[in-house]
Amino acid sequence: MELLNQVTQFVISGLATGSIYALIGLSFAIIFNSTGIINFAQGEFVMLGGVLTIFSLNVLQLPLAAAIVAAVAVTTVIGILFERLAIRPLKNATPLALIIITIGASILIRGVVMLLWGKDTQALPAFSGTDPITVAGATLLPQHLWIFGVTVMVIVGCRLFFNHTISGKAMRACSFNRRAANLVGISVGRMVLFSFVISAAVGSLAGVIIAPLTMTSYDVGVMLGLKGFCAAIMGGMGSGLGTVLGGLILGTLESLGAGLVSSGYKDAIAFFILLLILFIRPQGLFKKGETERV
Amino acid sequence: MRKMLAVISITMLLLTTATAAFAAGTIKIGGLFAVTGPASFLGEPEKKTLELLANELNAKGGINGSKVEVVIYDTGGDVTKALQLANKLIKNDKVVAIVGPSTTGESMAVVPIAEKEQVPLISCAAGIKITEPVKKWVFKTPANDHVAAEKILIQAEKLKQKNIALITVSDSFGSSGREQLKQMAAKRGFKIVADEVYSPKDTDMTPQLTKIKAAKPDAIICWGTNPGPAIITRNIQQLGIKTQIYQSHGVASKKYIELATPQASEGIMLPAGKLAVFDLLKSSDPQAKLLKDYNTSYKKSYGVEASTFGGYAYDGFQLILAAVKKGATTPAQIRDGIEKNGRLVGVSGIFKMTPADHNGLDLGAFEMVRIVKGDWVIVK
Repeated sequence: MELLNQVTQFVISGLATGSIYALIGLSFAIIFNSTGIINFAQGEFVMLGGVLTIFSLNVLQLPLAAAIVAAVAVTTVIGILFERLAIRPLKNATPLALIIITIGASILIRGVVMLLWGKDTQALPAFSGTDPITVAGATLLPQHLWIFGVTVMVIVGCRLFFNHTISGKAMRACSFNRRAANLVGISVGRMVLFSFVISAAVGSLAGVIIAPLTMTSYDVGVMLGLKGFCAAIMGGMGSGLGTVLGGLILGTLESLGAGLVSSGYKDAIAFFILLLILFIRPQGLFKKGETERV
Repeated sequence: MRKMLAVISITMLLLTTATAAFAAGTIKIGGLFAVTGPASFLGEPEKKTLELLANELNAKGGINGSKVEVVIYDTGGDVTKALQLANKLIKNDKVVAIVGPSTTGESMAVVPIAEKEQVPLISCAAGIKITEPVKKWVFKTPANDHVAAEKILIQAEKLKQKNIALITVSDSFGSSGREQLKQMAAKRGFKIVADEVYSPKDTDMTPQLTKIKAAKPDAIICWGTNPGPAIITRNIQQLGIKTQIYQSHGVASKKYIELATPQASEGIMLPAGKLAVFDLLKSSDPQAKLLKDYNTSYKKSYGVEASTFGGYAYDGFQLILAAVKKGATTPAQIRDGIEKNGRLVGVSGIFKMTPADHNGLDLGAFEMVRIVKGDWVIVK
């Protein structure tokens, strides 16, 4: 019974952490799908969401809801600037060069935030209190429910957007074949910009809702970005359920690994699984293999 | 970054040219701090403190009629750079003593140079191996980790807590603490029922704590620097664990209480350097006045509270100064002077250097405090 309770706690903790990874993974996948770029500055969007909310809350004295909206809006603008200034001018660059650019951008954003707001860790107050909720012998916090809720909303939102709106379909078309999409009159450039907007917004939203739990500082983006990237890889870089499941599996395995095997190898377990998946199923866990047509 | 480096190098150039105009008879002290990079939370206050002290002293007319000049280089926390700059300080700048480096790794790298060139080095890093075994030319000002560990275990002994659980961070601070705690716990007859670790960037420690909860310890000892311990404190509240928690001196600042929230951190005990609680000390405490003065002048110059880390440089400077006051001028005389100085009240504690102890601090360096309603209370 004791062990069962423990395992329930491990799983619930893992699912909570996993939803965070899933959200970040989704924002990776959105950009990848319309541009073929893996945006390594994604973790910085997450960090900006948290840091800017705290700034608006404490310094600008905005109410929490307004602070969140302001933070997401500012991050989105940064996402747009990033695309306009660093990605678009290099039209014919190889994806590799673009990926290196995103790494550069991430270092730049981190540095600027460090100079502006210092190196201290800061915490956001929880949205709805810190009284633990008991579920089947395990506990979680109201903030976890926020995370679950926002994750579900983002998934449903993405699904509706990509399958039922013209813009969403156009973005998917770009991901299948840019040239063909261009030929039928889709402005690929605009779709790429659009993908940065959505991904910056989702990333920063993730940063906001996790800030009360994990706290935030100029360098939280690195590890979170990496874990989100793992989730996206496990899900085969799809912008749907695959990535979410990838994130949840990663979170749960980490938590079970730390609890049942050894906490010293927690990160090693996660990255070992990533390597394993890349070896065995490079196309992701839930994606059928694609055939390139010539 | 490059711009900043340029600015720094220009200021350094200006500093050196400006001081070249000084008459002979200035005492040159070197500073080697990780002002930028990952250990900048150590190096920045150390550099500021050293500059502050030198300015204050020179404003008062210097020491024994001669001015003090500090030459400070930024190592960026890089071992190779620390080595190069230590050489530069000794050979080009011809300093009589060096305060720093900020981290244990850098200090260990610089030790052989100090020994070979015979220049006293007063490290600002906590690692026990810097002064143990004793090296002729090397001293250090932060108290050893095992002093803090011992302080915690003595408190646990008083409260008759036999079974303890450890949760430590997997960086050098945490693993050193873990080792010390395990060694000393074994010596004092404690039983370690759980021994968990977490990475510095982990965001959720409920799995480790669930395991600890199942082991039913009498006390949990957490060893790390923010934000880990704050997250752990919140996780403990979430899991409804009612066990006594001890934190290390690594989180002895109000920032920890703020991050962990006052409710979750209520009742937690930790060994704190006296600077963190200087306003709670009795006025008869020999360190009380010094700590207050240091904090006031630091706050006046830089607008922020003084930190324990800056205190390491403060003590290094005072140790050198005490030797100089007694007439030492050459590196060798300063070294002997530091060793024979006897009792010196500093920020980190009351130093008593001997040929066999180049740290000179004991259990008195820390004060056991308890968090009550978001503030420190000294445990009697």
